[in-house]
Amino acid sequence: MESLAKDKDKDKASFEKEDYKYGFHDPDKSVYKSEKGLSEEVVRNISKMKNEPQWMLDFRLKSLAIFQKKPMPNWGDVESLDDLKFDDIYYFVKSSEKQERDWDDVPEDIKNTFEKLGIPEAEQKFLGGVTAQYESEVVYHSIREDLEKLGVLFTDMDTALKLHPEILQKYFSTIIPPNDNKFAALNSAVWSGGSFIYVPPDTDVAIPLQAYFRINTENMGQFERTLIIADKNSKVHYIEGCTAPTYTSDSLHSAVVELIALEGATIRYSTIQNWSTNVYNLVTKRAVAEKNARVEWVDGNIGSKLTMKYPAIYLNGEGAHGEVLSIAYAGKNQHQDAGSKIVHSAPNTTSNILSKSLSKDGGHSSYRGLVKVHAGAHGSRTNVQCDALMLDDKSRSDTYPYMEIEEENGVKVHHEATVSKVDDDMLFYLMSRGISEDEAKSMVINGFLEPFTKELPMEYAVELNRLIQLEMEGAIG
Amino acid sequence: MSENILLEITNLHAEYVNNQEDNEAIKILNGINLQIEEGKTHAIMGPNGSGKSTLSAVLMGHPSYKVTEGDIRFRNTKSGQLESVLDLEPHERARLGMFLSFQSPVSIPGLPVSLFLRNSLKNIRGEEIAVRDFRKELKENLSALEMNPDLTKRYLNEGFSGGEKKRMEILQLSLIQPKLAILDEIDSGLDIDALRQVSSGINRLVDANRSFVLITHYKRLLEYVKPDKVHILSKGRIIKEGGDELVETLEKEGYEAFVKAAEVA
Repeated sequence: MESLAKDKDKDKASFEKEDYKYGFHDPDKSVYKSEKGLSEEVVRNISKMKNEPQWMLDFRLKSLAIFQKKPMPNWGDVESLDDLKFDDIYYFVKSSEKQERDWDDVPEDIKNTFEKLGIPEAEQKFLGGVTAQYESEVVYHSIREDLEKLGVLFTDMDTALKLHPEILQKYFSTIIPPNDNKFAALNSAVWSGGSFIYVPPDTDVAIPLQAYFRINTENMGQFERTLIIADKNSKVHYIEGCTAPTYTSDSLHSAVVELIALEGATIRYSTIQNWSTNVYNLVTKRAVAEKNARVEWVDGNIGSKLTMKYPAIYLNGEGAHGEVLSIAYAGKNQHQDAGSKIVHSAPNTTSNILSKSLSKDGGHSSYRGLVKVHAGAHGSRTNVQCDALMLDDKSRSDTYPYMEIEEENGVKVHHEATVSKVDDDMLFYLMSRGISEDEAKSMVINGFLEPFTKELPMEYAVELNRLIQLEMEGAIG
Repeated sequence: MSENILLEITNLHAEYVNNQEDNEAIKILNGINLQIEEGKTHAIMGPNGSGKSTLSAVLMGHPSYKVTEGDIRFRNTKSGQLESVLDLEPHERARLGMFLSFQSPVSIPGLPVSLFLRNSLKNIRGEEIAVRDFRKELKENLSALEMNPDLTKRYLNEGFSGGEKKRMEILQLSLIQPKLAILDEIDSGLDIDALRQVSSGINRLVDANRSFVLITHYKRLLEYVKPDKVHILSKGRIIKEGGDELVETLEKEGYEAFVKAAEVA
């Protein structure tokens, strides 16, 4: 970190001039060899490779400076972050290089899980990082045509920067500025990929949008960046990620997701992450909801070594509503530190948080949440419910609920937390009906997760239930 | 003699094992001898704390109870022989044809009744059941038991009234069609109408191939479902056996008289 900070001291202006020298050259002439570690050169190269406009390069460089100065966050499982070696990470890898991974390199336990989940071979290779693109063009062609007719913009972020610069310049990074936290700054400096969605006013996108529908979809990136804007009275549901394990050799995944729900709009964002257990998953997700708008985060965390993720909703307009529904599964050597932040900044705003966690084989899950009600947000109501289910005596679950209430007039705050174990009498009951102990356990656990699962599209729900069952049978390494 | 026996309990001793380390085990069953005949309805009666519910839990293999002596043998349909079930898990006993209806059935949040029932039947029968066949079967049984079909869309016993829980037990009984049905205080907490419905649900299933063990405090249930044999349990032992005339005697004289007589003897 300190060596990086020294690099930064160089004169920034000289780099800006230099940029013209590098910019808009034929990429073939300057073959970019990615290397470990982060420097101004790396950031410039990323921008150059992508043929980005000057303002984005400036933004990246400014963000890099912030990243280098900023201390580690003080919210979350801070101590575990000490193990993270920023110098040992590749910050940009071209798609062509990504494709070079061999199927033989994908760990056996992950391959076994693919088999047990019955995932087709082509999709297995995509999830295993062997192919960087998912061949789904034909299937989703008609969906894309329908979207175009509605005037919905749905591309990857790099394409959006080229085709819709005016929208990006207006909204990009307005919800999560680079100086928000160290990892947001890092993402801002080196981001690549992610989804961009703009929904015009009064438009209801009936089908949930998935990254698969985009043209030339890249595998979930290491530093992806997503921006969704729902214009007045529009409605959209976006689904990111997948239930099946996602293998990557990258040790750090640090995404930024910004949602903007303008007056009367509704955005639902559903994610299930199941990164392989070598990954630090440090994600900043935040939404603003204007007058009478509604934002819902449906957030599932199954994989990774450490996840720190607290989807936030700023209720900025009167009558806005925020909803965070999350589950976390912490198995052996895993820590899921997840929760949410809700900020009530306008009168009569409402929010609802439901968090469910499972811990097994010494896994550690934490709920960490903040509810803030600003002065003037009279008549606001919030309801927080955290339920933890422990599957053995070795595992651990913590709850850190923070409440900052500055307004008293008509404000209602409700918080409830439960910790329980799988009940012997429930198991005995199910077993007395011919159901084996393992199956009985997964039925009890799936029941515990039901308030979350029922909000997922059918195929995700089925896959999630199956995955939990495999975990219970100890079939996953 | 043993040819018409479905379940044989010999000198059964069992204790309650608390998982907390420093607690001593509590002995509850003290040498029970009991034979349940094929196609017969047996009633086990006894005062509070006599071990009735423990006996039913031990028969089904509840992990909180430990058998310290004696045996439980159940007739295996395949071999035709009485075989010990002590080493079998509850689900294995269920698959052999044993069924227990609970005095206070647990609720399982988030588990839809229909999903649970279909899973249970799949395991009991050892084969998948097509959704269509299952729905048909379910519908027939619901209407026979005068039950609201909406109950099967809810989560198992969540927010059910006492009567609804008991009827859910009888619904499972009539779907599973066990060889042996042990009904632990199926009559408790029921009003007259519910008792009548539950009883007629039981009577529907009484036939020459099925045995019932009705565990109850009161005569009420036995007026609707006639027992062939009555056994009186006290302090973890059977102290008196006889025909259904015992029920009348018990009603007149109370448990106390039987308990005293047994102690004198």
